[in-house]
Amino acid sequence: MAKRISIDPVTRIEGHLRIDCELDGGRVSKAWSSGQMWRGIELILKDRDPREAWLFTQRICGVCTTVHALASVRSVENALNLEIPLNAQYIRNIIIAAHAIHDHIVHFYHLSALDWVDITSALKADPKKTASIAQSLSNWHLNSPQAFRAVQDKLAALVGSGQLGIFSNGYWGHPAMILSPEVNLLAAAHYLQALDIQRKACTIVSILGSKTPHIQNLAVGGVANPINPDSPSTLTVERLYYVKSLIDELGDFVNNAYFVDVCAIGAFYREWTAYGAGVTDYLSIPEFPMDTKGTLFEHPGGYIPGGDISKYRPIKSFQDEYFTKGVQESVKHSWYEGDGTRHPWDGETEPNYTDFQDNGKYSWVKAPTFHGKPAQVGPLANVLCMYAAGHAPTVNYTNKALATMSSLAGAKIPITALHSTIGRHAARAVRAAVMHETLRKQWQALMDNIAKGDTRTFNRPEFPKGEIKGVGLHEAPRGVLSHWIVINGGKIKNYQAVVPSTWNSGPRNAQDDPGPYEASLVGNPIADPEKPLEVLRTVHSFDPCLACAIHLVDAENREIVKVKAF
Amino acid sequence: MNTLVLGIGNLLLQDEGAGVRALDVFERKYGTPDGVELLDGGTSGIELLQHLQGRDHLIILDVVKSGNPPGAIVRLEGDEVPALFRKKISPHQLGISDVLAAAHLTDSMPGNVILFGIEPQSMDTGLEMSDAVGRNMGELVDQVARELVSLGLDVPARVTTVP
Repeated sequence: MAKRISIDPVTRIEGHLRIDCELDGGRVSKAWSSGQMWRGIELILKDRDPREAWLFTQRICGVCTTVHALASVRSVENALNLEIPLNAQYIRNIIIAAHAIHDHIVHFYHLSALDWVDITSALKADPKKTASIAQSLSNWHLNSPQAFRAVQDKLAALVGSGQLGIFSNGYWGHPAMILSPEVNLLAAAHYLQALDIQRKACTIVSILGSKTPHIQNLAVGGVANPINPDSPSTLTVERLYYVKSLIDELGDFVNNAYFVDVCAIGAFYREWTAYGAGVTDYLSIPEFPMDTKGTLFEHPGGYIPGGDISKYRPIKSFQDEYFTKGVQESVKHSWYEGDGTRHPWDGETEPNYTDFQDNGKYSWVKAPTFHGKPAQVGPLANVLCMYAAGHAPTVNYTNKALATMSSLAGAKIPITALHSTIGRHAARAVRAAVMHETLRKQWQALMDNIAKGDTRTFNRPEFPKGEIKGVGLHEAPRGVLSHWIVINGGKIKNYQAVVPSTWNSGPRNAQDDPGPYEASLVGNPIADPEKPLEVLRTVHSFDPCLACAIHLVDAENREIVKVKAF
Repeated sequence: MNTLVLGIGNLLLQDEGAGVRALDVFERKYGTPDGVELLDGGTSGIELLQHLQGRDHLIILDVVKSGNPPGAIVRLEGDEVPALFRKKISPHQLGISDVLAAAHLTDSMPGNVILFGIEPQSMDTGLEMSDAVGRNMGELVDQVARELVSLGLDVPARVTTVP
């Protein structure tokens, strides 16, 4: 008889997610993904001024503040057909790219590396040997025996104190952990260095966004950054050169540590290129607008059906009806009234909680579809679409990653290997390297435009009488984000956010097709049902972020994670 | 001396945002002394690490569910603070607990850590706090002001009264 496991909540993610799996012969035969929190944030926005919606939407989530702010202002601009000054586009673009790099680094090292890296094993490593492995992979300046020894001492002190802190709750010594002590030490060292490096990306966002964690510089119609090359209180050339130095430091880490580490882990765990494909219909949208109308983009986006990149179809602009008319959400298996399928502009948020029903309703997440089918979103979708579109930096870094992985693995790893759990990590590293190039380009574009004498950053919005509709699109670190707004007489009438993790973590849809998390878990091997590390590997590879709601401190001692095996 | 007063919580969920809202109440009631920064941390995680670096004192304001009546204020200090956050059931797996642990690992943990927590009543979607919590916000920020005074800081009360 099939065995059932339930992981609730899944840890090292943002939000409350429950995953149930049925096991048969040591493999997952059926899976359910259930979002355990109801947001209803959209209801707060009703009847508000559309110009201030972004201040509320950036509070939906603690990780994705910037992306929800941006999608919100874009939704209003889209409804108004408002053009955005070039400087404002470039400043937003720099924030987008810096935030994406931050997000990808933190996701790999701090949210998912511990699924593959055994911290306790690193204590047994020879720091000299570690350094020689690391130096054969890249010339990152902190790959010295002394640096690795120092990290090892720090870890030993931590383990000796009995307080693993950030490293508690790991499946240390699990049979599915196969890296050598030296590679584990290498990854642990970069884990710690990544904690320092991520601050550089935050600093870029805070210089341009005036503040982190919640940026203050956005406005419907542009940005609120006054530009005056000579005035010290505004965005000056000096500050912009400081931003440039941070961009260079980020690039050094991304190319010489993050990218290389992911290739190494991909090579050592290459059996995981055979697991976790799931839904291979990929959706992404274009990003980094390079004109005032949002029709020219630095990054292409589109749709790939059935994992076949030759069938790529582009989404050409923020106005493209191929996207705006293609999105629907089903609530047949979600805790909302009815079992209908609706377009987000007509979306409803009427809760109807029933308990967990395997064949009925079992999640607070709705099931989005693109032209009737579930779609996978995120860095893998984004990278495959950009690759298919011939985006040069993406093609270069993808080929470089596959070549590096193949050489380390001693076997050819083709592009089709990316339809997998490891593929999502590899694509995220490729995307981070591409983002670094994009960040440099956007910085240069801003400098060049200011040098031309253009200091404009804002076009004032004006609201017509009657009803208008818009969608704010953003290719966020976790994938396609869309905010759908209906405005009547200058007030918000309806607001729906279809977030990336809705696409990926969604339950079965109206046709009972499983969502991407669910489909990707089927076939995963499970060595020990009491310690389902393999489930976490695949779920974490999506970088789940279930639009968090609460972070309440509970002084009563309770278990952090329940794994139930039935 | 360098002190961070960090308000955390979600403003969209009634009392959940009390820690952040307390910062506004503090600013209306008191002047912010030199060397003190008030920071709205929202529900952020690892992004807060950069703000902890170089601090001597960290004062966290948050909602804490401890079984006391709504609006009750608790004060914790030192190791009790990370210990409390470790025990939480949190959807933010890279939340304050991990930020504090990461600060420890990167040697940027402030020497003195204090938490003021207020017991919530309602955390439904909404921008208004419950009466029980709203009523005690003045007391919460008074306690923060006294804490700053005990650190040797001059905390001037504003002349205008809070309605």
